[in-house]
Amino acid sequence: MSFSAKVMMIAAQLTVTVFTAYFFFRVLLADKRKEPDSYAENDQEV
Amino acid sequence: MSNKESWGTRVGLILAMAGNAVGLGNFLRFPVQAIKNGGGAFIIPYLVCFLLMGIPLLLIEWSIGRYGGKRGHHATPFILGSMHRSKIWMYLGVFGIFTNLGVAAYYCYIESWTLAYIYHSLAGTFSGKNPEQVASVFGEYVSLKNYVPIVFWIICLLINTYILSRGLSGGVEAAAKVGMPLLLVFGAFLAIRGVTLKAGSHGAVWDGTVGLNFLWTPDFTTIWSPKVWLAAAGQIFFTLSVGLGSIQCYASYVKSKDDIALNAMSAGWMNEFVEVVLGSSILIPISIGYLGVERVVELTQSGGLGLGFKTLPYLFQQWGPVLAALAGVMWFGLLFFAGITSSLAMGTPWMGFMQDEFDWSREKGAWTFGVLVLLLGLPCVIFFNEGVFDEFDYWAGTVSLVILALAEVVLFAWVFGIEKGWREINEGADIRIPSAYKYIIKYITPLLLGAVFIGSLPNIYATLMHTETKEKIRYIQNPNALKEEIASLQASLATLDSVTVYQLPLAKLQSLPDKQENTILTLRNQLALYQNITAPGFDAQREIAALKKSIAFKNISRALLVLLFAGISYLVYRAYQKRVVSGETL
Repeated sequence: MSFSAKVMMIAAQLTVTVFTAYFFFRVLLADKRKEPDSYAENDQEV
Repeated sequence: MSNKESWGTRVGLILAMAGNAVGLGNFLRFPVQAIKNGGGAFIIPYLVCFLLMGIPLLLIEWSIGRYGGKRGHHATPFILGSMHRSKIWMYLGVFGIFTNLGVAAYYCYIESWTLAYIYHSLAGTFSGKNPEQVASVFGEYVSLKNYVPIVFWIICLLINTYILSRGLSGGVEAAAKVGMPLLLVFGAFLAIRGVTLKAGSHGAVWDGTVGLNFLWTPDFTTIWSPKVWLAAAGQIFFTLSVGLGSIQCYASYVKSKDDIALNAMSAGWMNEFVEVVLGSSILIPISIGYLGVERVVELTQSGGLGLGFKTLPYLFQQWGPVLAALAGVMWFGLLFFAGITSSLAMGTPWMGFMQDEFDWSREKGAWTFGVLVLLLGLPCVIFFNEGVFDEFDYWAGTVSLVILALAEVVLFAWVFGIEKGWREINEGADIRIPSAYKYIIKYITPLLLGAVFIGSLPNIYATLMHTETKEKIRYIQNPNALKEEIASLQASLATLDSVTVYQLPLAKLQSLPDKQENTILTLRNQLALYQNITAPGFDAQREIAALKKSIAFKNISRALLVLLFAGISYLVYRAYQKRVVSGETL
C-alpha cells in the first residue's frame, strides 16, 4: 500500500472508531433516569 | 389509542436505530461509490457531508420524533402535522409511511436472496462451478426459473411480520440485539480475511492490500468535482436511513426527559463504523485480490449487487469447501442481518399510525404490513427483469427520501423555528451539542439538501420521460442517427489519443476531467450499441417491442406507487376527520 493510502485509511478508520467507541461508552456510563422513563427494563422501580 | 409500545433498554434502542441505518448499502454501495469517486479522497467529502448533513438530519429526525411522541403520534403524517397548523406538512408526512412500504416491497426481496444464498453456501451449490456458472445462479434466480425464490421471499416476509408482531422491545429490539453483534462478528472475520489475503495463497493473484490501496489512494484532482460531492452527500443520505420516516417513529417512543442527542450520535457513528471500517475491508479487497483492479472497476459499473451475489460466492470457493461454506454463511448472514434490521424499521411507521389512529392491535398492524408488502412486492419479484424493481427503488427509495428530508429540515429550522427546535434537541440531553450546529441546521443542511435535490432534477426528468429507453428505440429504428451521434462524440474527443478514448481501462479513466470521462463512457456505450444493432441476425422489431414493454411496466409501477400514496393520504385524511369530529387536535 502506498503511504498516502495508508494515511487516508488509518486516519478515516481511526476517527470513525474513536467517535463510535466514545459515544457508545458515554451511553453505557450515563446515569439512569428516574422512573417513569422510556425504557421498560426497570419499570418495577416505579 | 391502543399504542402502548415502549423500548426495553437504551442500548437496545441504539442497536435498533443503528440496525435501521446499517443496511446492504454499507457493504455493497459505499465501497463502489468510493471507487467511482476518487478512492481515498472520497472519504473527505463523505465525512464533511456526514458532519454537515448527516448529523443534523439525525438530530432533527430524533427530536421531531420525540416531539410527536409526546403528543401521541408515532408516524410522520401527524408528527409533522403537530409542528405547524398548515395541513401541507401533514400530507408531506405521508411520505414517511409511503416510502417505507414502497422500499420494503423490493428490499424484502433482496433480503430473501441473502437467505437463499446462505442455504446455497451450506448446500455447496457453488462448489466446482466456474465464474460464469456461479454468476448464472443469480440470473436464473431472479428470472424465477423455479418456485424457490418465491418460497424464500415468503419465508423472509413471514420472519419480518412475526418479529414485528412481537412489538418494539420483544421483537424489533430483540432482533437488533442478536443481529447487530453477529453482523459485527461476521464482518470482522471477513474483513480480516480480506485484508490478510496473500497473492499465491488460495488462488489469489494479488494481496488484499492491493484492493485497499486502490480504495484508499487519494485522487485529490476529484475532490472539488461537484459529481463527487453529490455522490458523497447521496451516500450519507442513504446510509443513515434519513428521510424514510422510521427514525422519527423509533424516537417517538422516547419520553421528553430522556436523551436523544447522545443516542442519535451513538447510533449514527455506529453506522459509520460499520460502513467505513467493515464495509471498505471486505468486498473490494477480496474481489481485487482475485480479479484485479481493472476487472473489478468494470464490474462495479453496474453497482455492488453483482459483485456481492455473482462474484464473491465464486471467490469464496477458492478457500476450500469448509471455509467457503463458512465465508458464504457469514457474508450472506451479515447482509441478512443488515437487511432485516432495516426492513423491520420499515414496518413500524405503518403499525404506529394504524395503532394510533384506528385503534388497531400491533398484531393486526404487523400482518397487514406483511400483506401490503407481499402485494406491492409481487410486481417487483415477477417482473424483476422488466425494470419494476428498479422503478420502485428510484421513486420510493431515492426521490421520496430527499423530498421528505428537505420538507423536514425546512419545517424544523424555518417554520417550527430553530430556537424551539434547538430546545427540543437539547431537552434531557446527556451531551452538549456544539452550538455551531444551530446554524448548520438552519443554513447549511437545507442548502446541501437543496443542492442534492436540484442536482438530481435532470436525472429525475430523464427517468420520468424514459429518455434513455426512447433514445435507444430511436437509434434502433434509425442506426444512421446513432452513427452521427458517435461521429459528433468522436469529434469532441479529437484532442485525445485513440488509446485513451477506446482502450484505457475504466479504473484509469477516472483521472480525466469529469466531462471527458463522461463523453468517453457515452461514446463507448454508443459504439457497443451500434455494433449490437447492426450485427447480422439482430431482430430490431423484437428489441423495440421489449423496450416498449419495459416502458409500459415502468408506467404501471408508477401508477401503483401513486395509488399507494393516494391510499395512505386518504387514511390520513380519514384519521384527521375523526380527530376533528371528536374535538381532538394534533
